[in-house]
Amino acid sequence: MDAMIRELSFAEALREAMGHALETDPRVFLMGEDIGVYGGAFQVTGDLVHRFGEARVIDAPIAELGQAGVAVGAALAGQRPVLEFQFSDFAALAMEQIANQAAKIRFMYGGKCSVPVVMRMPCGSGTGAAAQHSQSMEAWFAHVPGLKVVEPSTPADAKGLFLAALDDPDPVMFFEHKLLYKTKGHVPTEAYRIPLGKAEIKRKGSQLTIVASAIMVLKALEAAEELAKDGYDVEVVDLRTLRPLDTETIIASVKKTSRLMCVYEGAKTLGIGAEIAAMIAESEAFDYLDAPIRRLGGAECPLPYNPDLERAAVPQVPDIVAAARDMLSKRV
Amino acid sequence: MPDAAVATSATGLANLPKAFQVYGPEALKTALKKMHLIRRFEEGAEEQYMRGLIHGTMHLSIGQEASAVGICMPLGDADYITSTHRGHGHCIAKGADPKNMFAEFFGKETGYCRGRGGSMHIADVEKGNLGANGIVGGGLPIAVGAALAIKQQGRKDVAISFFGDGASNEGSFHESLNMAAIWKLPVVFVCENNKYGMSTSTERSMAVPNVADRAVAYNIPGVIVDGNRFSEVASAALDAIERARAGLGPTLIECKTYRTRGHSRSDRNRYRTKEEIEAWKAKDPIQQFEAELTEHGLITAEEIAAIRAAAEAEIAAAVEFAIASPAPNAADLVRDVYTV
Ligand SMILES: Cc1ncc(C[n+]2csc(CCOP(=O)(O)OP(=O)(O)O)c2C)c(N)n1
Repeated sequence: MDAMIRELSFAEALREAMGHALETDPRVFLMGEDIGVYGGAFQVTGDLVHRFGEARVIDAPIAELGQAGVAVGAALAGQRPVLEFQFSDFAALAMEQIANQAAKIRFMYGGKCSVPVVMRMPCGSGTGAAAQHSQSMEAWFAHVPGLKVVEPSTPADAKGLFLAALDDPDPVMFFEHKLLYKTKGHVPTEAYRIPLGKAEIKRKGSQLTIVASAIMVLKALEAAEELAKDGYDVEVVDLRTLRPLDTETIIASVKKTSRLMCVYEGAKTLGIGAEIAAMIAESEAFDYLDAPIRRLGGAECPLPYNPDLERAAVPQVPDIVAAARDMLSKRV
Repeated sequence: MPDAAVATSATGLANLPKAFQVYGPEALKTALKKMHLIRRFEEGAEEQYMRGLIHGTMHLSIGQEASAVGICMPLGDADYITSTHRGHGHCIAKGADPKNMFAEFFGKETGYCRGRGGSMHIADVEKGNLGANGIVGGGLPIAVGAALAIKQQGRKDVAISFFGDGASNEGSFHESLNMAAIWKLPVVFVCENNKYGMSTSTERSMAVPNVADRAVAYNIPGVIVDGNRFSEVASAALDAIERARAGLGPTLIECKTYRTRGHSRSDRNRYRTKEEIEAWKAKDPIQQFEAELTEHGLITAEEIAAIRAAAEAEIAAAVEFAIASPAPNAADLVRDVYTV
């Protein structure tokens, strides 16, 4: 095996990316709650404070709105801030600075400045942390023109997308599903970039396209393996970036497979699946469909505490398998 | 920048306010010109609005010119300000050209924001103005962030955040002061306390009588000045900015002032009396400044008349420029949402 390739966890891959950025670009600094000696609530920043000092790995007071504004101001003044929200849910407190300031400043001021900030957003259910610590709010942010929304599914993608997000002159909301932090994968050592706005086909198939991001990609891949046992050939498209959305890759895939399922953890109604379904309905791929488009989204409730309820509130592998079987067995 | 020139004064140096001593007569005349420009700019905007040439709303700062100019006097282009919905004065004081401001009011391509921002969102980043803000309290943390960047970059510049008394009740105010204080950032918080947040008086919205009293909670200096007296504002600004540049951290300056116009174009002024408004008009900052300059022998009546006429001419030309400017192209609508 190539010596350049090792296994890292998703969290380690992100830490490596941040370390690289701090090392090579003096404008970069990290800010957030307990990201210093504590290492971050999910140990993503880890030992970075020991390597780069408190001036560049800044423990901020619990003041999400203020922190987000500080990041915006620092970005406007020439820095490259990386803001970690302890849980993406808390970005609701900072929505003013994110949606009214960061997202709009470039446009409002006539394109004469930009806001290069990356906001790291640990998200998602599965930890029993219940309603206020488990949301998947990607669609909230993806709805706001001016924001870019990234959501990696593998350690290698996390590193490459993070470095690309940091290079980006605009504000990027970088969603990290909490259950992915410990997942492992091959991660090249060099500082590579994965362009924002490009989906990746994580599994090739000919009969059904499943579009997903983050942890749902892993679930979709697992479901595809299961379905392969029955002879079904499923393609899995990993969006990687929700905005800008790689419509080309999705359209091409749907034209090939004639069936589309969108799987996402956020609430089903008005979620990313609605956007993708509508986009396909408006595209030339619509004529290729052999079955109605299917959305598997989160339940229409806040995330529950009870583990069985929590599992039931988001699409699981058997749900994907069952929905896929249903779609594949029907002819239009 | 203060030119350190010493004023020659009929009444003698020692009697001059600190700011007068520091700036000298020429800079003070420039300050007066800026105050007139702001006043005329806003009166002009009001006129054009009445004629239906400006849409949307606007928040005039007539009566508050001394704080804008007094605070911005010692700032260079590398220093930052963040401003508010009532930001025309700050913008002009920081060096913006009224031509491009008027063009923005008229929604023209030559406006500071190419017609995308309007009155409430004028920014002039080249001059260090990080923007007016339609969100009450929105600019405070942004100024703190700019100050953090200054510190990280090892610069000696400062960031100033203008805001109103109403904004000091927002969480962003408290979060911003705390962070600036614990990190000793080069930022000056300037509250223009004009007694009202729309219709709600400070008495009804604050548990302390002065916004500056809140500085105690963040262990930073809280300074109260007569915001209608240029000399007082300017002296406080010099101290606070010097302190910030020296790495000693933030200051909260409260300028007690008054807006003589309504909150915005739709204000029917039901929450304050004619007497109150008239009493404050009698303390007009421009007239007071002129009287003070005259009293110290720093300016003549002819010079004042000439400054006023020059401001009027400049604003008239700015309006002409704005009217003659091209409108934005609708095909460019989504041009500046993303950088690429
Ligand atoms: C977050 C937010 N809340 C409410 C408003 C509506 N609003 C605009 S200006 C204003 C009053 C602000 O008062 P103050 O901060 O004292 O500034 P002043 O208008 O007196 O200059 C209000 C309530 C707003 N623009 N933003």
